[in-house]
Amino acid sequence: MLTADRIIAGAIMAFSVYFMWHALVLPIGWNGSTGGPGGGAFPFWLSLVMLLSAAGILLRSFKPNARASFRFDSTMLRPILSVTASLVVTIALIPLAGAYVALPLFLLWYLKVFGRHGWTLTLSLTVMTPVFIFFFFEVTLRILLPKGFTEPLFFPLYAMFF
Amino acid sequence: MEMFALLADGFATSLSPINLMIVILGVTAGLFIGAMPGLGSVNGVAIVLPLTFIVPPSSAIILLAAIYYGAMYGGAVSSVLLGIPGASTAVATTFDGRPMAQQGKAGLALIAAAVASFVGGTISVVLFTLFAAPLADVALAFGPAEEFALVLMAFTTFVGLGGDDVLKTIVMICLGLVLSTVGLDLISGQPRLIFGDMPGFYSGISFLVLAIGVYGVGEVLYTIETSKTAPQVTPAKITFAELGAGLKAMNKLWRTMSLGSVMGFFVGMLPAAGATPASLMAYGIARQTSKNPDSFGKGNIEGVAAPETANNAASTGSLLPMLTLGIPGSPTTALLLGGMVMWGLVPGPMLFIEQPDFVWGLISSLYTANAAAVLINIALIPLFVWALRMPFTVLCAMVLVLCIVGGYAPSQKMHDVWLIAGFGVAGYLLRKADYPLAPLVLALVLGPLMEKSFRQTLIAEQGNVLAFVERPLSGAFLAIAALFFVLPLIKYLRKGAGRRIAPAE
Repeated sequence: MLTADRIIAGAIMAFSVYFMWHALVLPIGWNGSTGGPGGGAFPFWLSLVMLLSAAGILLRSFKPNARASFRFDSTMLRPILSVTASLVVTIALIPLAGAYVALPLFLLWYLKVFGRHGWTLTLSLTVMTPVFIFFFFEVTLRILLPKGFTEPLFFPLYAMFF
Repeated sequence: MEMFALLADGFATSLSPINLMIVILGVTAGLFIGAMPGLGSVNGVAIVLPLTFIVPPSSAIILLAAIYYGAMYGGAVSSVLLGIPGASTAVATTFDGRPMAQQGKAGLALIAAAVASFVGGTISVVLFTLFAAPLADVALAFGPAEEFALVLMAFTTFVGLGGDDVLKTIVMICLGLVLSTVGLDLISGQPRLIFGDMPGFYSGISFLVLAIGVYGVGEVLYTIETSKTAPQVTPAKITFAELGAGLKAMNKLWRTMSLGSVMGFFVGMLPAAGATPASLMAYGIARQTSKNPDSFGKGNIEGVAAPETANNAASTGSLLPMLTLGIPGSPTTALLLGGMVMWGLVPGPMLFIEQPDFVWGLISSLYTANAAAVLINIALIPLFVWALRMPFTVLCAMVLVLCIVGGYAPSQKMHDVWLIAGFGVAGYLLRKADYPLAPLVLALVLGPLMEKSFRQTLIAEQGNVLAFVERPLSGAFLAIAALFFVLPLIKYLRKGAGRRIAPAE
């Protein structure tokens, strides 16, 4: 899949240009008064090297004897995309509905629908994981995870453990 | 003799009940993580790092080092029982470990791997103890110019010795360095690369976010794609008779094991090399110097012993430059370095002077970790056989949950969790297109040091660029760096010349 290789090289080039544009906010040249380069120099010139290297990779892929390094089993596209999508949905849900709603939902989907496991395994992991996370992070480490609109439900628990 | 006194003090620290417990816990966790196909020491350390807030900083580093050690031992387990290397570092172990398992000698292969790991680990820790203090003394003379030259040299080893595509390696080094500049400018304090004033970027991009993304989420995606069908677990039983036979067989392999240990240690010190090439080299040497090289690849116990000694020795070797110079020798030690900085323990020669208790406690804990790992490894073999039957979907679900929660915990910003997901997908795609990930992680960790030392030198020398070359040590480092950089060019030209000559033959 030479196309995938080219898209990735192109994306890196686009990112390099984007980085360079942002780096221009600070001086990128020699800072005469203090000696040494300005604050933007490091990101700017390194991005330029990145841009040139990625351009080299892109050009190389047009040579007649170019071989693709990107190989993909197209039957696996669906699982990869669905896991990525579930991850995005879960992360988006955390600030709204809270980690203790989003993560069990994620586990439920992953184990039951994606993994096709039995209910015993699915439900025990779906229940035990948030309990472990609560005691590890909230009770022991005092790191509060986002709860969203489910926050009031946790007040009795807070009263018990803090 | 001062060294022995310091080491004895160190043992007083590492043998305290809490640290001993931490070592046992870390080694056991590491063994299981390493045994899981796909997950290696770097994944283990990346995923577990946020959980180590639960113990004090110095113990947290001991815990992570123990996980690192345990994972190096554990890698052999899935190489033997599944025929799939538990991590890239255990690839060479499959060559003879798998045939041994198929001949019904899985138990013997696992014992051989554990004993070889112990020998490699112990010899290399002794080397580590001997070299650490003198190297730190030399490094005390380093100023910013030497620091910059040393970091540059570390990066050029990837270009010259890494074996990956040169252009792709350069892209990844630059990407890591550019990502490390996000946040506030080190010298002027002005914000830069904050991408349209996104507040989350003001504090920069944490190495942990990149590591969890690339080695946690990215690894899971990679595992999903490559593990369509569940592999077959070969049963392994351990009896005392087999243990005795294993120890007897290993006793004949001292030459192979000591050679593998010393070589692994020195190869491991190079940032670009590390445990995987070290184990492959050790395997190759053992085969070439063997009396019957044809038996290799068909279940020769020596073929298990050689790579396993070397990869454990290399993991110790990569700790040496990390602790004494502040330059990690591998991605895993880069994460350890990041963790130490996060806890206010800045690695480098000053650490030996300011925190001798911690340094020698850590070094002595490597001895206890080795002893614990070999015992736990052999004792838990039946448990590994059981754990390897765990479906990938369960493992992946757990890892993803840990990535999300563990990514949120240190900074408590959802911004970082989103970055982890982004780095995960990007890392997965880059890995698929053969971009090496190790230089990316190393560059992000070392980027601030590189830029700071570069600009400090120039400010101190009023902008005189020649300052880097005029100082003898930094000049020497730069010369080596230049050599590494032109190495692929020379190789390329010679290959080109060879091609032109070829038709004439």
